[in-house]
Amino acid sequence: MAETPVPPVMPAAPPLWRRIWLPVLVFALLAIVPLIWGERFILGLVTRAMIMAIAALSLDLILGYGALVSFGHAAFLGIGAYAVAILFTHDIVDASIAFPVAILAGALFALVTGAISLKTRGVYFIMITLAFGQMALFTATSLSAYGGDDGLRMFHRSEVFGSRLLANDTTFYFVVLGTLLACFLLLKAIVASRFGRVLRGAKENERRMRALGFDPFLYRLAAYVLAGAICALAGALFANLGMFVAPAYMTWQRSGEFIAMVVLGGMGTLIGPIIGGIGVTLVEEWLAQITQHWKVIFGPMVILVAIFARGGIVKLLTRGDR
Amino acid sequence: MSTPVLSLSGLHKSYGALKVTDGVSLDVMPGELHAIIGPNGAGKTTLIGEITGEVALDAGTISFCGEDITRLPIHQRALRGLTRSFQITQVLPGFTALENVATAAQAHDGSSFHFFRRASSESHLNRVAMDALAQVGLAPRAGMVAASLSHGEKRQLEIAMALVSSPKILLLDEPMAGMGREETEGMVEVLMALKGRYPMVLVEHDMHAVFRLADRISVLVYGRVIASGTPEAVRADPAVREAYLGEEDFA
Ligand SMILES: Nc1ncnc2c1ncn2[C@@H]1O[C@H](COP(=O)(O)OP(=O)(O)O)[C@@H](O)[C@H]1O
Ligand SMILES: [Mg+2]
Repeated sequence: MAETPVPPVMPAAPPLWRRIWLPVLVFALLAIVPLIWGERFILGLVTRAMIMAIAALSLDLILGYGALVSFGHAAFLGIGAYAVAILFTHDIVDASIAFPVAILAGALFALVTGAISLKTRGVYFIMITLAFGQMALFTATSLSAYGGDDGLRMFHRSEVFGSRLLANDTTFYFVVLGTLLACFLLLKAIVASRFGRVLRGAKENERRMRALGFDPFLYRLAAYVLAGAICALAGALFANLGMFVAPAYMTWQRSGEFIAMVVLGGMGTLIGPIIGGIGVTLVEEWLAQITQHWKVIFGPMVILVAIFARGGIVKLLTRGDR
Repeated sequence: MSTPVLSLSGLHKSYGALKVTDGVSLDVMPGELHAIIGPNGAGKTTLIGEITGEVALDAGTISFCGEDITRLPIHQRALRGLTRSFQITQVLPGFTALENVATAAQAHDGSSFHFFRRASSESHLNRVAMDALAQVGLAPRAGMVAASLSHGEKRQLEIAMALVSSPKILLLDEPMAGMGREETEGMVEVLMALKGRYPMVLVEHDMHAVFRLADRISVLVYGRVIASGTPEAVRADPAVREAYLGEEDFA
């Protein structure tokens, strides 16, 4: 036993290409889209899909890695979008101010609501995040100075240090793609860090983590704030996409869609929610063109994938990898 | 006379009408292996829970290394070196054995609010973890996902996690429960090797193991300590013989 000399063999990691082929493929495809389909409609659609992917990615940090089912995540999208649009009406149109404000607003809302919500678990957590989401929604509808129910229009996209370069749809497309890639790489590093390890550990076995000396609450709160900040960034981009914001951005239905994107794409992987976010947005658009009753088709599709592809699309795609 | 590492005084806990801990006081001295034995449902696991902070006390105080820890939350007690293993093993099932132990080491190696550096490439943590796995005989399984380990291996893994937790005391709740003869023998050897290095509280059913390992034994029945002393004294105690009447180990 103790005296048996065992050579300390570190377990081997899987080969590099197995770990990266899927993200490389996804981002390469996204990068060539504007070269193949230059039409405004397609470009706008895929840009929207990528923005939803950023939002889904941020939700995955708390849902997939923290096992926290937040049903109010769309609030952060709305807060980021409103921050940009409201500043716009006050003639603060530069992204160098508007975007950081949007991110901070999302982080702050997450800090306050997270500190309260994270004291609860399970169904209570779902209900309380839903309640905070609805509060944000009602607050937006009651902002009569900023359009109330009708929403708020921006006359042009945010400027970047005084230049209107985002006005070009292709440029905007690549800015969103770059943001998506940056968020992906950032979260990739975070989930593998010491912090991410504690977050994952608390999902694996909270009791064990406490006995080891970790207080899961602090780590979950930090993850919640980070997720809120990133989703608000997605909101800031979303406001710029259509140059319009409305309370409808933060309905609980959209929060539900984010959950569907994460679950269908593959919880607890980071490429999964990106595929899920883009896939769900495109499929919804496609179904909506076929019939106005598209939700009748989309609902059962979600259920089928949830039943037959546990672990999401990523699980299906990488089945042979291990 | 040295001062006790862990000192329980007047602990009381009831679940409704059931008194699970009924005026328990006991001390664990430096380097001492203090075994707690008693029939099923005597309140042994609950007592460990009270010491670690999982179970809230109705009354009584717990002091550890001279500090009153009665009101401290679980994780802060753990950080002070109060280290436990569980009767029903608690591992991180989706992590590899190595990462389970490295995570335990991480808790006692500075802040965990580091967001960018890959935790799995922190060679210092991995080395400490491999070392502990080797000590409990689990080194060849380092790369296995904990969920795929056998029951006995999970118990060994828990001990390895305890070893890297800078323990000032080890609280082991039935570390041999559910193990086969050979595995039990292996665990006794591991504990023999640890004895003296750390003070230990050992809750155990296997009487052969207890009498081989313990410096002192306390017998818990219905939440009360009915006897406490050296193995010989406890073996000879009439009240203990009464409680264990018919058990061959005492015959
Ligand atoms: N949370 C609880 N609520 C009610 N009764 C409990 C609880 N935990 C333990 N008990 C009861 O307390 C008694 C002591 O349990 P336990 O400490 O697990 O005993 P032991 O470890 O000595 O077998 C048992 O009768 C058990 O059913
Ligand atoms: Mg027990």
